[in-house]
Amino acid sequence: MRLELVKRPQHSALFSALSPFIALALTLVAGAIVFMFLGKNPVEALYYFFIDPLRETWSLHELAVKAAPLILIGVGLSICYLSNNWNIGAEGQFIIGAIVGAILPVMYPDLQSWIVLPLMLLMGILGGAAYAAIPAFLKVRFNTNEILTSLMLVYVAQLFLDWIVRGPWRNPAGFNFPETRTFHDYAILPEIWPASGRAHWGFVFALLAALALWFLLSRTLKGFEVKVIGQSPRAGRFAGFSRNRMVIFAFLVSGGLAGLAGISEVSGAIGQLRPSISPGYGFTAIIVAFLGRLNPLGIIAAGLILALTYLGGEAAQISLGVTDKVARSFQGMLLFFVLACDMLIHYRIRVTRPALATKAERAAEEPAHA
Amino acid sequence: MLESVLITIATAATPLLIAAMGELVVERSGVLNLGVEGMMIMGAVTGFAVAAMTGSAWLGVFAAILVGAAFALLFGFLALTLVTNQVATGLALTLFGLGLSGMLGESFVGLPGVKLDPIYIPGLSDLPFVGRLLFGQDPLFYVSILLTVGVAYFLFSTRAGLMLRAVGDNHVSAHAQGINVIGIRYLAVLFGGACAGLAGAYLSIVYTPQWVENMTAGRGWIALALVVFASWRPWRIVAGAYLFGGVTIGQLHAQALGVGIPSQLLSALPYLATIVVLVLISRNRRLTMMNTPASLGRAFVPDR
Repeated sequence: MRLELVKRPQHSALFSALSPFIALALTLVAGAIVFMFLGKNPVEALYYFFIDPLRETWSLHELAVKAAPLILIGVGLSICYLSNNWNIGAEGQFIIGAIVGAILPVMYPDLQSWIVLPLMLLMGILGGAAYAAIPAFLKVRFNTNEILTSLMLVYVAQLFLDWIVRGPWRNPAGFNFPETRTFHDYAILPEIWPASGRAHWGFVFALLAALALWFLLSRTLKGFEVKVIGQSPRAGRFAGFSRNRMVIFAFLVSGGLAGLAGISEVSGAIGQLRPSISPGYGFTAIIVAFLGRLNPLGIIAAGLILALTYLGGEAAQISLGVTDKVARSFQGMLLFFVLACDMLIHYRIRVTRPALATKAERAAEEPAHA
Repeated sequence: MLESVLITIATAATPLLIAAMGELVVERSGVLNLGVEGMMIMGAVTGFAVAAMTGSAWLGVFAAILVGAAFALLFGFLALTLVTNQVATGLALTLFGLGLSGMLGESFVGLPGVKLDPIYIPGLSDLPFVGRLLFGQDPLFYVSILLTVGVAYFLFSTRAGLMLRAVGDNHVSAHAQGINVIGIRYLAVLFGGACAGLAGAYLSIVYTPQWVENMTAGRGWIALALVVFASWRPWRIVAGAYLFGGVTIGQLHAQALGVGIPSQLLSALPYLATIVVLVLISRNRRLTMMNTPASLGRAFVPDR
């Protein structure tokens, strides 16, 4: 038996819609198998992982806290990937956005006014965009592979954050802990509904960003340009679209959104800078972007699902005693299944059975002996 | 002093050399596997775990090679059989490898590892200065050199190597010639995975015999950059790997000496050096265009 791919004459609309769900289902099955190997009851484990975190209000707030950066970064990355720009350094842009955004509350703590927060958000966006501009510039100017440069800059950003919170920005009254002073009240991104939980306005930013980019992609010339350049650079050139300007545009948008995610996380969820401010949001957002099929509205749903894996990992650790690293494995598996299922959009699978065919042939050839 | 510095440079360069040499063969066949980091970290955790459980460093090395190849097979099934996007699939392999290795390796954190001892040839290894450098390294150092010789010979002096390069440069013509494009690519991808697994085992069995989460620390990505730096030529990978080994060891020594630069900024040097080197190489567009395998990263579906 062998698998053969037959290209569909047109994209399958059915599988465009279904493939993320098939991928999710397959991930659940694979997850159940993993839990069985870990010696846990798979049904119970999946319940703690994917259902239990949704049962309480505070927990739904945590879901929004985790989903906010994933959606913000994910929708930015969708512009990049649609236009064939492989920005995989969002984690670094997130960190630099957080650092630049934190300049005011850390270095000028006496500046206490309502203007501080908007300025912080703006500086966070600018910081992330500026950091993303580096691989974009190198790609445009020197033809340098953006995958490798954007990723290398993640390590540089992580080390820079580590240095700044242990060195120049360390809290003078913090008993030598590697963290900055805690942000004052004017520098805190408020909660949406403080009475019930921790979800901050970053989640609202994420929804707005997703809506804005959905509009840009589906209703404007710029969005058309993104897709044309991504699918056929040659056609884009004939249409008079500039590839180089698109590189810069895609990186600035995704970097700016990653920076906004960074400063929102620090100002809304953490309240200070620490040596580590992200459980890999910038990388998980790559999975979010693909699971959402690079569609900003789909990415909202995908961001919530991936946020659930973070919460589920914590819940499973507490209730079942399995390591929360299980969540990272699930996330990676999910991306595999998403990519594999996307194949169904463009190809039909035909199963051919050479073994049976030969048997039939033999029967046809040798009727006399029978 | 100089002798020991040179030896440590070799230990820092060897894993990069092995991983990059594997990826070079993969890319020469026209496949871009960005999952080197993921296969490497899986090799590191497997190598450490098997060596620690059996007490045999060599068993650890072989297990790591197998796991690296198994991970590569997963990539091959998706990218070659199911024709998924190679960039995204490679990323998936890296993310999955980093997650899975963290999960599998959790019970091994802090355990003492098994180290692969350097070889010792009586007489030769005792020679002044060059003795330990040439005749007293760990066995995998010699494997890395043999690997380079073997890959260079295979690619440019054998018929199979020519077929592999043909597949990488123009898969349609190669297919028309009757060459099994997908089959050759599978073999190349498996070889790349085995090398990445071996490189990972080198880290957890020779370089620092312990398991730390994310211990590859971007070396898989640096190996990918080395392939570009080497413009897809085996011997230039040796030069690149030793250059990076030098930068890595140099900054470690600078940290130990306590020069007035913060350690984190020194630690960032290998990553910054990667960017600088990539820029220097890629700004020469003609050179890059001439050497890049023309079908690199392009999907191929045979029309039967």
